[in-house]
Amino acid sequence: MKFTRREFLKLCGSTLVGAGISRVYLPEIASALESVAYGHPSVIWLQGASDGGCSLSLLNTAHPKISELLFKIISLRYHPTLSTAQGNIFNLILEKVKEDSIDKYILVVEGSIQTAYGGRCCILGEKDNKSFTLIDVLGDLAYKSNVILAVGSCSAFGGIPKGEPNPTGAMGVKEFLEELGIEKTVINIPGCPAHPDWIIGTLIHILFYGLPELDFLHRPKLFFDKTIHENCSRYYYFSERRFASSLGEEGCLINLGCKGPYTRADCSLRRWNKGVNWCVESGGMCIGCCSPNFPDGLSPIYSALPQDFFLSQERV
Amino acid sequence: MPVKIVIDPLTRLEGHLGIEVEVDDHKVISARCKGNMFRGFEFILKGRAPQDALHITQRICGVCSASHGCASVMCLESAFGIVPPDNAKIIRNLILGADCLQSHIFHFYHLAILDYVLGPDIPPFLPRYKGDYRLSKSMNRTFMEHYLEAFKILAIAHEMRAIWGGKSPHHVTVVIGGVTEKPTVDKITAYVWRLRQIREFIDSVYLPDVMTIAKIYEDYRSIGRGYGNFLAYGMENIVGDSKKTMFRSGVYIKGEYKSLDFSRIREEVTSSWYREKRDDLKSGEFQPDVEKEGAYTWIKAPRYEGEALETGPLARMWINGDYSQGISVIDRHLARAMETKKIVDSLEEQIKSIKIGGPVYKKFEIPSFGWGAGFLEAPRGALGHWIRVRDSKITHYEVISPSTWNLSPQDSKGRLGPVEKALIGTPVVDIDNPIEVARVVRSFDPCLSCAVHLIKPNGELKKFRIV
Repeated sequence: MKFTRREFLKLCGSTLVGAGISRVYLPEIASALESVAYGHPSVIWLQGASDGGCSLSLLNTAHPKISELLFKIISLRYHPTLSTAQGNIFNLILEKVKEDSIDKYILVVEGSIQTAYGGRCCILGEKDNKSFTLIDVLGDLAYKSNVILAVGSCSAFGGIPKGEPNPTGAMGVKEFLEELGIEKTVINIPGCPAHPDWIIGTLIHILFYGLPELDFLHRPKLFFDKTIHENCSRYYYFSERRFASSLGEEGCLINLGCKGPYTRADCSLRRWNKGVNWCVESGGMCIGCCSPNFPDGLSPIYSALPQDFFLSQERV
Repeated sequence: MPVKIVIDPLTRLEGHLGIEVEVDDHKVISARCKGNMFRGFEFILKGRAPQDALHITQRICGVCSASHGCASVMCLESAFGIVPPDNAKIIRNLILGADCLQSHIFHFYHLAILDYVLGPDIPPFLPRYKGDYRLSKSMNRTFMEHYLEAFKILAIAHEMRAIWGGKSPHHVTVVIGGVTEKPTVDKITAYVWRLRQIREFIDSVYLPDVMTIAKIYEDYRSIGRGYGNFLAYGMENIVGDSKKTMFRSGVYIKGEYKSLDFSRIREEVTSSWYREKRDDLKSGEFQPDVEKEGAYTWIKAPRYEGEALETGPLARMWINGDYSQGISVIDRHLARAMETKKIVDSLEEQIKSIKIGGPVYKKFEIPSFGWGAGFLEAPRGALGHWIRVRDSKITHYEVISPSTWNLSPQDSKGRLGPVEKALIGTPVVDIDNPIEVARVVRSFDPCLSCAVHLIKPNGELKKFRIV
């Protein structure tokens, strides 16, 4: 699916719901953020097998503030944790979205897709005395969306729900849509949870600069190009061969099980929660939560992986 | 003629919840809580290295991950007979406290308040139920300003947790034997300064706002009472060199206080989508069964001496003697808000007891065998983790979270769960806009990701060693 930024904004701008919003298209991409308010691209946020951590993480965004995101950048039409709507009127939003023509909203999926037990491990709601599940609606909503953001490791790669023995048949969004034969651009934003900058940065990229450049696992290269290890604040210790032999010690944590070398993300530079800290600096080590191998391929968490794994995982 | 009303999903909470009630003559006469999502954490934990539970259990819930992480470490330490240094216990409490403040303020401003306050006429505040929104136009605007202001407070609370935990949601520093983050003056300063900002918000915004809602919606002081039976596991703080009880543990049943006895806890699955075959009882695992007749939820039904107990801020404030105004929708909001004051005070007191340069971690050998349990008061109430380890692998892990108690379904004796019971008698003016029902359920601060767990069948809990 290809679109110019101009077309994209135009399309997004034509799906306004609710009162009090002007139907003015954006004159120029270069306009200030505020002017996007008139465009208000619609966002539909679905939750599957998730803990809501990525939504909570998103609320921690510093620039823009969450209020600016909600009032000036997007129109958040459906979000299970934030929408005022509930029950029937909440379900009607999805009905209305499905009636809308193709390519008019961004679909965000948080949490993995559970396929066992006919999808009944994740019931989204009830309509006409019949409950419907996430897998009942996801294909349709994905097909009609403009682009899909798989936010968090569960949504991107399956994450913890997919952990052995995968009791609920959980999988990532891309894998699920491929099984359905739906070809849509899925942008994977892993992390447990995903960093707010990764979510908002990707959204803004789509709105202002088109699709971000993606790697072979469909992650934005902007955030997931380098391993944690490459830019680690403890890299000096690694280069000096100073390895911590127990938790809480100074030194590189690789022998204790740090998964930084096998995990691509920019935590070490971006840091977390307005930069107050991040995993390796706190001494707690990287547990590889952004890795497509999380959790099974990187466990036990507190055991060093064999050296050959390091080499074979170069591209992950 | 009774009319069935379904609110599915009930949004603005963590996870997937549906509510089904029958209304006759504008009053609720029957109620069902439907836990709509199941992930099977206990299956996923089985066979893994015990320490992996510290991280995997945090992913049960993004809102109260600090509580799961800390309950899990207490559980593992009890299994292996390890006692962490006091400094570590204080730092864990700083992490838990910050997370609890975040959770309570998030609940009031972003989850509950939109049932009482009219938001602006744009999504995500539209569409909405029609209802008796009683605030004046200017008050609605003020509350919405506070709604936005509260987002900043949430972020600050998460920063406080990240200072000691590495990041938030989901910390990495809490490990068996202590914590990995060392106390330094700059971290203490960064924490305390933020804590005072939150204190100011609580004093000047949160408490007055809850009082305003309590006054304007005073009729909700007699709505949503439920059984009036409470459960609290209690909480201890480290002050100076000694322990100080912050919340007493105990149960309050039919107007009587009793000390807590874990062996009286039982769980059953009469109304839950799990099979009850003999094989399952033997292996200690229930298998999902979505075709089960009469079942309507993924949540199981824990009972204490057969009673369905409510847990949460009101329960622990009540059992601790900090709150006795009443039991209702409004009282739950008031107790939760008043508790934030208590938490802020306790955090300020505890942080003074940190010994800079003192140990935060004790090295240890993990035995290959053990069993244990960890209990604490999570934002939403009494949380318990249980573990069994053999050959350095988890053979059994189970969690009973606060929302499992509150949102539990009917049991074999026909006894309703606490939220279900609280719904009975709730007036519903307009059956197409059952906002009253939503107000009752949300006063419990339901957390569905936490609530759904597969655990051992009846009678097994008492075999665990209790810390």
